[in-house]
Amino acid sequence: MNCEIEQVGGALVVKLKGEIDQHCAEELRGDIDRQLDIKHSASLIIDLGGVDFMDSSGLGLIMGRYRKMQARGGKILLARPTPAVDKLLELSGINKLVGRERTK
Amino acid sequence: MRNYMKLEIPSKSLNEAFARAAVGAFAAQADPTVEELADIKTSVSEAVTNSIIHGYRDTAGVIYIECEARLGKTCVIEITVRDEGVGIPDVERAMEPLFTTAPDEERSGMGFTVMESFMDTLDVTSEKGKGTTVKMSKKINARAIDE
Repeated sequence: MNCEIEQVGGALVVKLKGEIDQHCAEELRGDIDRQLDIKHSASLIIDLGGVDFMDSSGLGLIMGRYRKMQARGGKILLARPTPAVDKLLELSGINKLVGRERTK
Repeated sequence: MRNYMKLEIPSKSLNEAFARAAVGAFAAQADPTVEELADIKTSVSEAVTNSIIHGYRDTAGVIYIECEARLGKTCVIEITVRDEGVGIPDVERAMEPLFTTAPDEERSGMGFTVMESFMDTLDVTSEKGKGTTVKMSKKINARAIDE
């Protein structure tokens, strides 16, 4: 799993590449939360375009960030999920809670 | 034609990727679609993760994975993931969507729901102190393969 994080305007953009499972979820969570706390970002965009595989550990990661952003009055958007990842997001109901970034 | 494989791995989270890749490679002989293969790999990942974090609770243990392929006009992949961990006190409750024993650890509670949705059959048996066995199968609408 590879993770690139950059602040773009008021948004923290997290580009994930590779496979998300329980093995890497905790490290990802720490990396994202650290940057959110440092940058005080108003929104969080998680770009899933490079994610080849995700299981429910990834759902836990996204739900946790959703709750964190909600608690601080911010929002979270997901971008470019692959069909397999989108199937999982749909099953979990996350798509009803979390917005979709459609630009890129 | 029938084919099978058996795999034994220590309950380390590092092995989640290996387990799903190995089962995925085995299932490939049934010529699954990309979606069918993703469903199988995701379900295996869920079962193995459950054994690691719930069955063995991050202690050392062994996870046994068995796969059987029945290859024909319609292929069936059967997968068994077994551990000798603490077991599940209430399987029915554990299989409810969003049920989790560790909400503070950001578990989604969707593991069994994913397996149930992505596979055609799912059977979970568990005994306190003895461990848990997850059996699941998926039909693969493959092209005819010589028997």
